[in-house]
Amino acid sequence: MTERLRGAEIFVRALADEGVEFLFGYPGGSVLHIYDEIFKQDKFKHILVRHEQGATHAADGYARSTGKPGVVLVTSGPGATNCVTGIATAYMDSIPMVVFTGQVSTALIGNDAFQEVDCIGITRPCVKHNFLVERVEDLAATIKKAFFVATTGRPGPVVVDIPKDVTANVAEYSYPATVEMRSYKPNLKGHPGQIKRAAQLLATAKKPMIYTGGGVVLDNAAAELTQFARLLGFPVTNTLMGLGAYPGTDPQFIGMLGMHGTYEANMAMHHCDVLCAIGARFDDRVTGDLAKFCPEAKIIHIDIDPASIAKNVPVDVPIVGSVGHVLRDLIEVLQTSGVAAVKRESDAWWQQINEWRALDCLRFDKTSDKIKPQGVIQQLYKATDGDAYITSDVGQHQMWAAQFYPFDKPRRWINSGGLGTMGFGMPAAMGVQLAFPDATVACVTGEASFVMCVQELSTCLQYGLPIKIVSLNNRYMGMVRQWQEFFYDRRYSHSYMESLPDFVKLAEAFGHVGMRIEKPGDVEGAFKEAFAMKNRLVLMDFITDQTENVYPMIAAGKGQHEMHLAPEQAAAPAERELA
Amino acid sequence: MNERHTISILLENAAGALSRVSGLFSARAYNIESLAVAPTEDPTVSRLTVVTSGSPQIIEQITKQLNKLVDVIKLVDLNEGPHISRELMLVKVRAASPDHRAEVKRLADIFKAEVVDITDISFTLELTGSPQRLDDFVEAVGVRHVMEMARSGVLGLLKGSKALKA
Ligand SMILES: Cc1ncc(C[n+]2csc(CCOP(=O)(O)OP(=O)(O)O)c2C)c(N)n1
Repeated sequence: MTERLRGAEIFVRALADEGVEFLFGYPGGSVLHIYDEIFKQDKFKHILVRHEQGATHAADGYARSTGKPGVVLVTSGPGATNCVTGIATAYMDSIPMVVFTGQVSTALIGNDAFQEVDCIGITRPCVKHNFLVERVEDLAATIKKAFFVATTGRPGPVVVDIPKDVTANVAEYSYPATVEMRSYKPNLKGHPGQIKRAAQLLATAKKPMIYTGGGVVLDNAAAELTQFARLLGFPVTNTLMGLGAYPGTDPQFIGMLGMHGTYEANMAMHHCDVLCAIGARFDDRVTGDLAKFCPEAKIIHIDIDPASIAKNVPVDVPIVGSVGHVLRDLIEVLQTSGVAAVKRESDAWWQQINEWRALDCLRFDKTSDKIKPQGVIQQLYKATDGDAYITSDVGQHQMWAAQFYPFDKPRRWINSGGLGTMGFGMPAAMGVQLAFPDATVACVTGEASFVMCVQELSTCLQYGLPIKIVSLNNRYMGMVRQWQEFFYDRRYSHSYMESLPDFVKLAEAFGHVGMRIEKPGDVEGAFKEAFAMKNRLVLMDFITDQTENVYPMIAAGKGQHEMHLAPEQAAAPAERELA
Repeated sequence: MNERHTISILLENAAGALSRVSGLFSARAYNIESLAVAPTEDPTVSRLTVVTSGSPQIIEQITKQLNKLVDVIKLVDLNEGPHISRELMLVKVRAASPDHRAEVKRLADIFKAEVVDITDISFTLELTGSPQRLDDFVEAVGVRHVMEMARSGVLGLLKGSKALKA
């Protein structure tokens, strides 16, 4: 049965039929017909943000934590342009998201009308796909396609640009049950011959490595990965985006790899003879200098996106398919062929890895009279029993969170890896907290990142989101300062954050609780106090040691075996003094 | 080593589809030597032929990235097998003196170029062939006599009875 509805009604009906729970949005002229219909319905909840960037990050956080698409609605012109950073953030990390942007009426398009921008043109390079809806008759089917494209294959953000007259015009409504697109048919099953070849190669490995990325999380294949790795007894490393896909506290896990990865993970990568890359994309922050990357390894690469395979690194056994499907098939081949049983003991290799591990590359000074940021993260881990959702911003604090909070479950570590968007953390935490109202959600941030979307503190108050904000306040754009210390002779050009606000008062001004913590001995108590406030957002301003750097570090352009270790571990400790 | 490849693409005949293709080339710094596009026997499908160059690894990436575009239905790298490629050129040649006019006409005959417009001082010629043949003709006529020219960009099809269909 079909009914005749106005475009705006079709929009809200379609979202309800799609099962949307939350719509993150901000109104304006071109979407007022839609907002009027939102007012009249109760199928999904609209979350009013304070800046459109916040809407995209919140939807993104919702998507990363639940696996369901995040949904955004904004007005034309500035509403749409304010979303671009959030869309690009989701695009770089392959996050399913559907962003609806208002557009001026079709008759005005191209006229430089009030609040007109070429949204399709502006967003084209940072979306998986985008649609301009020119006729109300196409609206429901386009919405269906948008969700289909966003959530299947390699996921990603999709923009749907809706002119105002389309929301006023009338058409028959029926929401399509399925979609067929001749030009878009993602392939899930891996090639059986290739899977067999991979199994054979794994069987020959003397120094194997399993290197996995965000693809395992996105495909909900953590259980398959864990089974696969345990079957073989091989060491596992995760990228920044892949943390939690293999239990971080498991002895087979040897830490994150890459620029700020562990010594053991990077050394094992450099020396391995068979590398099994799963849902990872050989990003430059992982590989370092490509010419020096895994010089001895034969490489198996499993990925849903053929374009990710052999993009940066030549691959011996490419397998295109969904990580979950391919791993299930590969496990079966390993079990029936008896490879699994043979491969359990690669003792000499583990011995070598454990020697690297013994260096304890993440060691830091625990006797300092200043608060060490690493120690704060360790205390956060304790206070949350290692079972929180942790979002982060971008900088040193992000790396310390990744290094010192081992994640045992996927979708618990939520950060902007690909684009590295400061301002992501707090709005992303809103999306997570809305999806999981009873869960512990903490945002690890820096005082510079935090203020980039600070306005969302109002949104948190409006919807009662009891996020715990852990700000590692070093009065610097710490990561920038670190690079300036290492590579620019300590010329700290514009990386010192002067005129910081009083963060305690700032939290209070927004109706929340603020705490300032200045002594190492007070960290544990502060967490106890903050997490006891179950229904309040608490902003914890930790005044940390400004001189602290993130170690180990592979400088850009170096090989994975050319790591800088912390001064207390390296031969010549560097003298450091700061403002 | 850079190679030149001709890639033939079936594309949804939708608004903005062409800009997705050209945007991909500029965003990823791939070369476009020529690009030709027009609708096919099925009006919902455009056929686009792009000539590009790059290392084998880059060419592979180009085809993969193109395939990833949601509006791309199918594509074939024509260099992977025997294929035909043709280009159309319209060229206006200055030729005023009787001797020169005779010479241009003689060259046109040799190259099987058709005269499509004449004035007292010029000929406009139409010529179809491989890009190399068009280059050869321009060289034979003499670049200094060319008043203006327009080339279609290369079009190509696979040889034999196999066809790329949506
Ligand atoms: C929007 C944006 N602008 C600039 C940068 C470059 N950048 C990377 S880390 C960083 C410093 C972050 O400082 P802070 O949030 O205080 O964290 P810290 O490194 O001190 O832990 C900057 C400016 C970025 N990643 N994102």
